[in-house]
Amino acid sequence: MTTTTPTAPPPQESPTPLHEPRGVSRAEGWRRRGPLLPALVFAIVVTQIPFLFTLYYSTQSWNLVRPGSREFNGLDNYVDVFRDSQFREVAVNTVIMIGGTVIISVVLGLLLALLLDRQFRGRGIVRTLLITPFLVTPVAGALIWKTTMFDPVFGLINYVLSPFGVGEIDWVSRYPLAAVMTNLVWQWTPFMMLLILAGLQSMPKDIAEAARVDGAGPVKLFRELTLPHLRRFIELGTVLGAIYLVNTFDAVYMMTSGGPGVASSNLPYYIYQRAFLGFDVGQAAAMGVITVIATIAVSTLALRLIFKSFSGTEEAA
Amino acid sequence: MSTTTTTRPETVDETVRPRRRTQGIGWSALAWIVGIGFFFPVLWMVITGFKQEADAYTDPPTVFFTPTLDQFREVLDSGIGTTLLNSVFATTVSTLLVLLLGIPAAFALSLRPVRKTKDVLFFFISTKMLPVVAAIVPLYVIVGDIGLLDNIWALVILYTAMNLPIAVWMMRSFFLEVPSELLEAASMDGASLWTSVREVILPLVSPGIAATALICVIFSWNEFFFAVNLTAVQAQTIPVFLVGFITGQGLYWAQLSAAATLSALPVVLAGWVAQNKLVRGLSFGAIK
Repeated sequence: MTTTTPTAPPPQESPTPLHEPRGVSRAEGWRRRGPLLPALVFAIVVTQIPFLFTLYYSTQSWNLVRPGSREFNGLDNYVDVFRDSQFREVAVNTVIMIGGTVIISVVLGLLLALLLDRQFRGRGIVRTLLITPFLVTPVAGALIWKTTMFDPVFGLINYVLSPFGVGEIDWVSRYPLAAVMTNLVWQWTPFMMLLILAGLQSMPKDIAEAARVDGAGPVKLFRELTLPHLRRFIELGTVLGAIYLVNTFDAVYMMTSGGPGVASSNLPYYIYQRAFLGFDVGQAAAMGVITVIATIAVSTLALRLIFKSFSGTEEAA
Repeated sequence: MSTTTTTRPETVDETVRPRRRTQGIGWSALAWIVGIGFFFPVLWMVITGFKQEADAYTDPPTVFFTPTLDQFREVLDSGIGTTLLNSVFATTVSTLLVLLLGIPAAFALSLRPVRKTKDVLFFFISTKMLPVVAAIVPLYVIVGDIGLLDNIWALVILYTAMNLPIAVWMMRSFFLEVPSELLEAASMDGASLWTSVREVILPLVSPGIAATALICVIFSWNEFFFAVNLTAVQAQTIPVFLVGFITGQGLYWAQLSAAATLSALPVVLAGWVAQNKLVRGLSFGAIK
């Protein structure tokens, strides 16, 4: 980074060029673009046009149960949304839900990954068992947690806790947000574990070995070698987890229906309620726009991290 | 441990090995316990599916019982057929479309890159970063306008768009692993582009294509948000069917568990098969 030598001319052909080489003829350029265009056009049409409409709808006063009520009302929807105290509660819930789930999942995922990063009998089986919660249809997973796990009378959780003097607690109605998050942590810990495990396994073994020979204890080894190496993986897991979790809907819908009140509602569920139960298209759209703006910060970070992990291998030339 | 003399390796081994080994067994046992713990809710779901309703509702929970297929039979008789077909159709067709669109696109973003490759990659991934809930209202209106409400094709199109960025990025990472010497050798031998794609590149990336397909299958099969908002009776998929189950038969745990087991089974199997490539798909190829 600090070399003062004049930069060498770029090599003629890098092994994996990110840019189309100069001097490519026009016809060749189109031949190259040909295979890309169908996918690009499809993605633009299906994913971008609805968002443009969302922007447009958010400036309309439009309720589906009042036909002919549709008219332009500027930013009134946004003003209404920000005045809505329920919306603020829901926004806070969303942040808690995403932040809490991501943090707990990363910590548990790290511990599990460390457990699995060793040779032992049946390691493949244990890993297979561990990733299963991530694969199970989320609706089915939420159902299982709501009924056979959390049920106050017949649920397994209370049965397991009964020796500790825990009575028949109705977890889902008493701690709705925590109950939903338990289901989410169960679902997302395997994701974090897989990511961090990939990181652990990409760690050069000889360095750790050398450090151990030099007399570094396991704690020191972990703090000074393993954690720094894992940082990139943990960061990526955090932002990707956050981005996937912004869309959480199934668990809220199945377990609590956002209730009681809006105690366990998140933005997707609240917008869904506004749009499909309240038929208020304008306000639902405005909330959608706000959600997008709020996630841009996280997504920018995610994109930077993902591109960074590529640039390490691709732009070395 | 506190000796300062330079002990010979053999003596170190004698004192350290037994302790390491017992420690090792402890950690392995812990790994097994945690693994089973995470898996347990799924296991319990499967077990409950084989119970009679009376055995599903007991305190303390019933562990020993005579297994029965009654619940599975009941679920299969309750009109899951159309639903299953819908799910299979939406999953298969959208996955095929994703591969059809995504593989050529990934090729044009890796081995024979177009200008502004980076911008295009950025665009694809950014579509995944936008919360879907922000688009659901106009989607509902548009899908209604073109007459596709409660039509399985609406889900096919949306699932294709949902999985396309993952496939493009994932396939790109597989294309980039094709050794450039092989491609050079092929073109030296006078192979046309199409021949080297067919004879050299595709065979090399075929495991990648399989893994990409499996990940698309998992996501489309499990998708609920679009399905519950855009379908009703005709086009309902498995997750939507499950919801109907809880409102209709909310009190029948055994039957519910049987239904949940049936709906989760295909994707759990797909995920077990694809588990080595799962991380790569979920991290858009950033982590191998």
